[in-house]
Amino acid sequence: MIRFLIRRILLGILVLWLITMAVFGLFFVAPNNVARTMAGRQATPQTVELIRERLGLDQPVWKQYLDFIWKALHGNLGYDYYYQLPVTHIMAQALPITLSLALGASVIWLIIGVTNGVLSAVYPRSFIDRGLTAFALFFYSFPSFLLGLVLLYFIYYKLTLSGLRWFPPGGYAPLSQGPGQWALHMILPWLTLALVLAATYTRLTRSSMLDVLGEDYVRTARSKGLSERRVVLRHGLRSALTPVVTQFGIDLGQLIGGVVVTETVFSLPGLGKTVIDAITRQDLPVIVGIVIFASAAVVTANILVDVAYALLDPRVRLH
Amino acid sequence: MTRTTTAEGQGNTGSDEPLLRLRGVKKHFPVQSSALIRGEQEYVHAVDGVDLDVRRGETLGLVGETGCGKSTLARCIARLYDLTEGTIELDGRDISTLSRREMRPLRREIQMIFQDPYGSLNPRRRVGSIIGEPFAIHDIGSRRERKKQVQELMELVGLNPEHYNRFPADFSGGQRQRIGAARALALKPKMLVCDEPVSALDVSIQAQLINLLADLQDELGLTYVFITHDLSVVRHISDRIAVMYLGKVMEVAPVEELFETSRHPYTRALLSALPLPDPDLADRREQIILVGDMPTPVHPPSGCRFHTRCPKAQPDCAEVVPPLEKAKDDDSADHLTACLYPMDPDERLSRARATVADSEIVADDSALGGVS
Amino acid sequence: MSIGTSDVAAAHEEVAGPVIEGRSPWALAFARLRRDKVAMLSLAIIIVIVVVALLAPLFSAITGHGPNEQYHTANALSPGGLPRGPSGEFWWGTDDLGRDVLVRTVYGARISLLVGVLATALTVAIGVVLGLTAGFLGGLVDTLLTRLIDVVLSVPFILVAVALVSITGPSLSITVLVIGFFSWASVARIVRGQVLSLREREFVEAARSLGSSDRRIMFVDILPNVLSQVIVYTTLLIPVVIVVQATLSFLGLGLPPPTADWGGMISEAQSYYTVAPWFIAFPGAALVITTLAFNLFGDGVADAFDPRTDRLISQ
Repeated sequence: MIRFLIRRILLGILVLWLITMAVFGLFFVAPNNVARTMAGRQATPQTVELIRERLGLDQPVWKQYLDFIWKALHGNLGYDYYYQLPVTHIMAQALPITLSLALGASVIWLIIGVTNGVLSAVYPRSFIDRGLTAFALFFYSFPSFLLGLVLLYFIYYKLTLSGLRWFPPGGYAPLSQGPGQWALHMILPWLTLALVLAATYTRLTRSSMLDVLGEDYVRTARSKGLSERRVVLRHGLRSALTPVVTQFGIDLGQLIGGVVVTETVFSLPGLGKTVIDAITRQDLPVIVGIVIFASAAVVTANILVDVAYALLDPRVRLH
Repeated sequence: MTRTTTAEGQGNTGSDEPLLRLRGVKKHFPVQSSALIRGEQEYVHAVDGVDLDVRRGETLGLVGETGCGKSTLARCIARLYDLTEGTIELDGRDISTLSRREMRPLRREIQMIFQDPYGSLNPRRRVGSIIGEPFAIHDIGSRRERKKQVQELMELVGLNPEHYNRFPADFSGGQRQRIGAARALALKPKMLVCDEPVSALDVSIQAQLINLLADLQDELGLTYVFITHDLSVVRHISDRIAVMYLGKVMEVAPVEELFETSRHPYTRALLSALPLPDPDLADRREQIILVGDMPTPVHPPSGCRFHTRCPKAQPDCAEVVPPLEKAKDDDSADHLTACLYPMDPDERLSRARATVADSEIVADDSALGGVS
Repeated sequence: MSIGTSDVAAAHEEVAGPVIEGRSPWALAFARLRRDKVAMLSLAIIIVIVVVALLAPLFSAITGHGPNEQYHTANALSPGGLPRGPSGEFWWGTDDLGRDVLVRTVYGARISLLVGVLATALTVAIGVVLGLTAGFLGGLVDTLLTRLIDVVLSVPFILVAVALVSITGPSLSITVLVIGFFSWASVARIVRGQVLSLREREFVEAARSLGSSDRRIMFVDILPNVLSQVIVYTTLLIPVVIVVQATLSFLGLGLPPPTADWGGMISEAQSYYTVAPWFIAFPGAALVITTLAFNLFGDGVADAFDPRTDRLISQ
């Protein structure tokens, strides 16, 4: 197990290293006029030169890269010239918002997805199954930015018009303003993320549950006279959840980078919105920092998933 | 050195040059394991020094247990594998080091029929296109001509030529093997390597296919290397039989001679497992049950490969690799045996007593002794 | 081969009836698909959308409004400069610049479908070729390609896509390239897995013993056997790609204005969702209906090729 873990981590580091190379190449080397873009249209050649120097762009590429990696390993992802702050500082401010969004949404989509999936599987081909499946498929086909706007229109706008001023149109309220405010600001973004993803989980849980309920040991449990509830929840769901857990790990990793749209629609100043803002002002250090951070999240999540899998199924380790 | 001379002697007894001549053929596969970390690459010695001649128009049966390397040898002959060592001559031409490109024209000479009637035909292609594949690869004939030739081939192997548009899934196992045979015959090869072509079929179908192969041989003057683990099948079709054990040939002889006066203890053990039609004969026959399992081909035993299981193994069996040569004076020139202590026809193996250190038989005794 | 020629000729004369033809796995799958009502209905919707997209100039001619033409009449914009709702002149209302939402939505279908098809084709082409190569050749090539797949799958796609397009500047070809280059990995992984098991089958050895070249074995013997999986994946990939394109557009990185495309229209409509809901509703509905139709159709295709798959919509 230890050897498997070490190999998996080394592989993760290799992948991450390749990503930093790719990101570095794409953003710092390929468009050789980064300094010019950053300086803006009216910049004098001197300003451009100054920016080049400050970014270290006048040095050979390999040295720039080594410099970049060396600093990144020490937790220094560069300096943001727009806000005059270290990139890590900006990310630290945005991270709690993205985490609130990701974790809250994941709780909701897991509850919706697994519940619906189990219901569908327990009553296959019934009216409930068809209804829930149609529900899942509908949201699966819904782009999240559109769903966000639809929720805003009906739940924020229409409700506010009719006098129920429950939900804000967007923005973030930190937990320091009280959990109530925080939750009210997060509910619509949570739903936006959760409903789209819940569809995948409904489908996944349903098929895995149907497989498990057909197994001999479940039939044995039934024939022992256990209540249907106990059979489904204790014997069925427990093993049916393995693929769900795997998928959850992968999605959670991707979510750090996938919240861009939701944060934009609801003006939440998380990592995603920060990237979009950084893009509009061509703020490369921030873009690169967040891209690398998000990749690290994916790689870490993948390792955790593999390890969890190896713990559950020893055959995996043999590869 | 002695081995080479005897092998040449074997070649000279035929009316002319053998069609196929194998000399010291070896095929080792690297073992995939974490051995790399320990620094030592291990190898499976699948085929480990085989000398054989196959004469024009004959059928050479190649028998042995599962894992003895006979299928690997077949794939070496068809040059699906590169040799680790040794030479293969076809019609006097050394083909053992030809590249795949150089090999392509020679594919017309040697073809292969495979074991698995389900796996050896591409399920996504129509039978006509499967049988016509060789024409497409070697760019022979126009579309029309190919179709005509394919239908002739189907007729030849006893299939309805109207079925050329069907898929393999529409055919039975026996019919599929006929398709495989038609494909192999498309290029009019001189030699067919048949890798257990009937072992996946029902017994009643087996006979049909073997008769078909025999008829085709007469009609087209084919030479066969026929691989099987089933001695009764090979007896029916072969002129000569070679017995393999752990990557080496133990004994090779004309069929009747092998069945009547086999010299090698391993051959004797294999033959004793054959069912006999006459119950009296079967009762009288000696039953030899080999002790232990076939050793791993990663670390084959020293000396004679068979000494760990041989009932009459002597100490020098573990040291000397017995050459494949004529064992007794009254054997025919075609009968070669790789044994230091070849058996007489009336010798009984069950009375033999092995006296070799790493024998599985002895090891069992000593283990018992140690306990008591 | 001279043996039995005359017999064959005789057989030909005898059996003058219908040629016996096996039903190919494709034909069987197609027959199953044709019996699938939901899939056929989705296909009909897809065809309608395609036809509408092709006939976009016709809509322009009938309404008399170009897709990028701005109208400043009272029917098009309110005195305060806000979009106007559906009317006799503008059936689906106008946008913030006084353009016809109907005509723009119809033209937008062209972009969605074009990007959907092109980017999917690119994704599948790269994925199949690399997956086939990795699985078939094995060894060092396989190791390198597998690492590459791991890397691409670990990239936070939307984030990187957005950042990339911001550097290169938005255009149709960039959108297609970015989607293609970041999506092929999952196709490659599926194909590789299939090829790994297929290449051990005896028919590959048989092809080799006949003198087939590696390339011929890869494309003539192995490819047809992974094709059904690839087709299923392709139909399910199109709606995903359409959504990704719309998302990029929504984030301001789609096609340069004034080109009409659904994501971009919805992005423009964002600020007006309270006063001009039609401005979001029509392109939004078009987007959802399109992806829904493709998803349902893809589900049917998956079922037709492998009836054991678990269906979204149980029949």
